[in-house]
Amino acid sequence: MDLKLDHRTEDRLTIVEVEGEIDVYTAPRLRELLIDLVNKGNFHLLVNMEKVDFLDSTGLGVLVGGLKRVRAHDGSLELVCTQERILKIFRITGLTKVFGIYASVDEAKEAHGKDK
Amino acid sequence: MATVELTFSALPAHVRTARLVATAIARRTGVEESLLDEVRLAVGEACSRAVEAHRVHCPGEPIRIELRDDSGRFQVTVSDLAPSEEIKQEQPLDLGMLSDSFMSSFGIAVIEGLADDVEVFPSPKGTNIRMSWPAAVSV
Repeated sequence: MDLKLDHRTEDRLTIVEVEGEIDVYTAPRLRELLIDLVNKGNFHLLVNMEKVDFLDSTGLGVLVGGLKRVRAHDGSLELVCTQERILKIFRITGLTKVFGIYASVDEAKEAHGKDK
Repeated sequence: MATVELTFSALPAHVRTARLVATAIARRTGVEESLLDEVRLAVGEACSRAVEAHRVHCPGEPIRIELRDDSGRFQVTVSDLAPSEEIKQEQPLDLGMLSDSFMSSFGIAVIEGLADDVEVFPSPKGTNIRMSWPAAVSV
């Protein structure tokens, strides 16, 4: 399955919907979107990975790159993910300590609202 | 001993095909369904790493995958022809050092976290990554 990307902004939070496979072939598209969003002043990003079928280290690299970019603007990049197959990759690489990972978009929005 | 060999040019688009072939052969070899995601990801990581290395050093050369049923184990070997130094050992995690180049070494870490048995053989003539999982039946 290819990669589908969409995004919307709710309040100050930009929600990026990702569907499909994030790998060495498709990850550049996600990287371009994250860079474009940051360049347009969106510094609080929430990446919804609930419909991601596959994620490899290239995809992890893109997410880390996005996190570094938003942090340069005192922003945030957090994730929504409950799929064990995806969470396992974050655990193996130790990135669960780097990203805020939520069980739902609503939960992440609520936490983001408290941080404001 | 049944063996399937696959060679592909160093293009990111072919990595998905390699993953799908490896997963299909693993299933046919008798690897448990619960392990197929790990096979898919580990083979994908090894192939992604090889593609990136070839794009830097030898973009015209093919990457080779060998999949075999070896005495009750499903064994995959991904071989590239890009010169390689010793694989760096795991380092403490620090966001500041997570550059894109550093992230490429995460591929090996992911493979080691997923495959039941992994051996990495880097050399000036290329790297072989051999990994295996238990399999129930012969092809």
